[in-house]
Amino acid sequence: MTRRYVMEFERPLVELETKLEELRRIDFAQNPELVSEVEELAAELERLHEETYSHLSPWEKVQVSRHPDRPKTQDYLETIFTDVIELHGDRAYGDDEAIVAALATIGGMRTVVLGHRKGKNTRENIKRNFGMVHPEGFRKAIRAMRLAERFGLPIVTFIDTPGAYPGIEAEERGQAWAIAEALAVLSGVRVPVVCVGIGEGGSGGALAIGFGDRLIMLENAYYSVISPEACASILHKDAGKAADMADCLALTAADLVELGIADEVVAEPLGGAHRDTGVVMSAVRERVLEALGTLAASEPDAIAERRYERLRRIGVIAGDLG
Amino acid sequence: MSISDWFKARESRRYTVLDGDAPARAEVPDGVWTKCSACKKIVYDGQLAENVRVCPHCGHHFALCAAERIDLLVDPETFAEFDAGISSADPLGFVGAKPYTESLGTAREQCGLSEAVVCGRAEIASHPVVIAVMDFRFIGASMGSAVGEKIARAFETAVAERRAVVLVTSSGGARMQEGMLSLMQMAKTAAAARRLAEERLPYVSVLANPTMGGVTASFAVLADVIFAEPGALVGFAGPRVIEQTIKQHLPKGFQSAEYLLEHGMVDDVVPRGQLTARVGLVLDYLAAGERA
Ligand SMILES: [Zn+2]
Repeated sequence: MTRRYVMEFERPLVELETKLEELRRIDFAQNPELVSEVEELAAELERLHEETYSHLSPWEKVQVSRHPDRPKTQDYLETIFTDVIELHGDRAYGDDEAIVAALATIGGMRTVVLGHRKGKNTRENIKRNFGMVHPEGFRKAIRAMRLAERFGLPIVTFIDTPGAYPGIEAEERGQAWAIAEALAVLSGVRVPVVCVGIGEGGSGGALAIGFGDRLIMLENAYYSVISPEACASILHKDAGKAADMADCLALTAADLVELGIADEVVAEPLGGAHRDTGVVMSAVRERVLEALGTLAASEPDAIAERRYERLRRIGVIAGDLG
Repeated sequence: MSISDWFKARESRRYTVLDGDAPARAEVPDGVWTKCSACKKIVYDGQLAENVRVCPHCGHHFALCAAERIDLLVDPETFAEFDAGISSADPLGFVGAKPYTESLGTAREQCGLSEAVVCGRAEIASHPVVIAVMDFRFIGASMGSAVGEKIARAFETAVAERRAVVLVTSSGGARMQEGMLSLMQMAKTAAAARRLAEERLPYVSVLANPTMGGVTASFAVLADVIFAEPGALVGFAGPRVIEQTIKQHLPKGFQSAEYLLEHGMVDDVVPRGQLTARVGLVLDYLAAGERA
């Protein structure tokens, strides 16, 4: 059996799989009585497999969203877009590889693509800081947003970050300032903005490129004000309560639709997007094209106005509203 | 107590304001004197009140509640609160260490406020403004749906009535008890601030101790002119989170107002005693177009 990444909740499954494999090496000619036992175990495994993956808890979904083999922004960019021209740098400090900005074409439509960029392996992840963005990354994104607006190109974003990087230099260069400006610019660009939550949606770092006229969420992607672990450390002084907090935070794709924040959920193959990336790619392509097609008919001013109204509606308040 | 009651009662009122860096502990043990949390010296309450709650020994800025802050900044008898009735719901039925509804109830009772920000019309140096002040005592002045709504309405009111906006922030960031609804308030308030800017109406923000997370990373720093109070802690990620991530101790003064000034993030660090005049003067410059 090849070594693979095992998520916490998959352990019972993997144990059973290993046991079954050992049993299958038995010489059944000499132990015919074991045949039915093996068959039973195989059936049990199939049942457990189905049961585990078809009812993932919010915390289990968070784990799936972080799976190292899960398709990344780069995969979408290379698979469903063509004629890609990457735009590097913020013109002030540097080029942050934790975020990608590119001119890219999807289904014949010219667009500007923005995405958090996690790596596929440790080496790539170190270069890309595990998708945790510094201010220069957000400023590169802002530059691309303005470019998109000037030339009437719709914006497609891919959300996949644990969060903006919490570090000394990030603070020194104005992490909050960069995110705030990205929010202000993105809220007002007079071109369609379609966002796709493909993995992790970690707080302000995700939001900086993570809202627009349409939010499409993959079934196991999450989007949250704070990571379940950090929330547990703050409220319970115990990161072990992360699963409980994941239940409370309403961070799953389905929760977001219910809260009026996301518009639709793209179903994933049983076990997660990494089990069949081809299916996921073509589903995302279809949804993005549908959204772009719908939005393309709107006047630039009307698009920005409708986005503002959309944002204004989000929230639940009480009391005397005046 | 409503804000107007507070103004009526302020003459006889004894301050019992909590310090930002020790929100659970009252700074006034017996109402006559206070021990400064920075220099540990004794400060008499009368002295402190006269000195806009700045320690006369070391210059430490004690926290102000929203009413005190408004009183300090606006022209006398010009403040009229709006949207005072907007408060938070508990959309997620959130239960952390304790239920969110309980935290809300306690905060309302202790602060006499319906939410963590107080908004109103006023004049500053005779300029018509919308002023919004966050009150850190109210669940760390974190931003949930109600705070986001009130801030957005503050900007919208200013646009509708062609007023400048003056905002005093202090906040722990987004209110996690409202989950994604809180995060989205960052986009909402940033969008509203952008609309004010497009209308070429002035926006001055004052960053008070502490201003962190989702409040810093949205409307707080989108102002035309940004002032910070001396010693205020201002940033995106909290110091403890950063220390845990980088596994190093942070340099002294990291994320302080003075540090931000040095790194080009704020226009100036302004001692509280000079704040009112300074904000007024900025409005003299930026609101010139509105005088016509
Ligand atoms: Zn002192």
